[in-house]
Amino acid sequence: MSPHQQQSTLAAQGPAADAIATLWWVMLGASAVILLAVIGLITFAIAAPPERRRWLASSRIVIAGGIVFPVVILSTLLSWSLWATRGLVARPSAALRIEVVGEQWWWRVTYLDDTGRPSVVTANEIHVPVGVPVTLVLTTADVIHSFWVPSLAGKLDMIPGHENRMYLRADSRGVYRGQCAEYCGGAHALMAFYVVALPPEAFEDWLTAQARPAPEPADDFLRRGRELFLSTGCGACHTVRGTAATGVIGPDLTHVGSRTSLAAGILANNQGTLAGWIAAAQHIKPGNRMPSFNVVSGEELRAIAAWLESLR
Amino acid sequence: MARLAVTMALALAACGQPPAQATDGDAQAGRSLIARFDCGVCHTIPGIAGARGKVGPSLDGFAERAYIAGSLPNRPRVLMDWVRRAPEMAPNTAMPPFPFTDREALDVAAYLYTLR
Repeated sequence: MSPHQQQSTLAAQGPAADAIATLWWVMLGASAVILLAVIGLITFAIAAPPERRRWLASSRIVIAGGIVFPVVILSTLLSWSLWATRGLVARPSAALRIEVVGEQWWWRVTYLDDTGRPSVVTANEIHVPVGVPVTLVLTTADVIHSFWVPSLAGKLDMIPGHENRMYLRADSRGVYRGQCAEYCGGAHALMAFYVVALPPEAFEDWLTAQARPAPEPADDFLRRGRELFLSTGCGACHTVRGTAATGVIGPDLTHVGSRTSLAAGILANNQGTLAGWIAAAQHIKPGNRMPSFNVVSGEELRAIAAWLESLR
Repeated sequence: MARLAVTMALALAACGQPPAQATDGDAQAGRSLIARFDCGVCHTIPGIAGARGKVGPSLDGFAERAYIAGSLPNRPRVLMDWVRRAPEMAPNTAMPPFPFTDREALDVAAYLYTLR
């Protein structure tokens, strides 16, 4: 999948995005036809001999072209567009519910079980089953953000004190990129995410794996990484289920090694980027809440990064 | 003049090794790998979009750098090992090992040697 297919309104992969893409093409087509007709008439009005263009000045033409035509065409297009996009606000039944909270500048993602209790907490990556309608409950922890994954659905704002709901369905397997579409502070442009659409069985496996606590370190170096993570105080802001780290200010890192990206869709996820982010979070995303932790030795930094990468 | 040229050619040949910075790798493939792994999180790297990292040294002019990590001679073989197994060569380094194949390490090295 090329990058533009990953994030494009015109590469629709679900009913909501389909409706928006159709709306765009029909509006573009209608506007193009009208524009060409107007250009033709203007050219005719300028270039034609006076006796042949005189009819253009009659009040009947002015009323027909200036009032009747726009009212009819615009009303038709408006009615059609409301009908074509009715699915965007429809409420499918028995949908999977996922809560997404916009924060400066990342996304907290919580899967809710049938009783509405959190079953899995993750960040910056939303997995959904292909072909199954999903309800996204959108809120914000601070300022207004806007949730936008163009290949799957339209934009919807995340508004303080308000809960918005988005319904989307991914019709084909893939990784779709989304980003914040409402200016939300200095690092707004560095607030992206991925939606990963998996076959339903693979999705269930993913959900089960994510609900587990972090795996035990496989060797001494990883064990050292875990100890350093805890002794450096990372657990004040981050949760790693299965350890003493239970902070809730930053993203849950229980399975951070399994994610497509780091730092809200802006970095590849490997030991190098993990180490770099820990050491220079303020240089990479200025103003975010994580300090640059260049307080441990190079070897210790590697140990922490290696342990985090092992959390799959 | 001709004699000087011959003498220099002989002197170069006598070294018995190709010039230090030549590699057979594919620099463009190396550039893609560097972008994909986001090496720019830690290093400033000319020619890589967004590579303005300040965690490790800038790689600007790397082809003419004498030592890798201030301790290892900057030779193609050494560099290929370095990008894959830095901690084994300098235990205190903050640079982690990367899972490059031989070919990929060669390509990455080839790109780094285009930085003059």
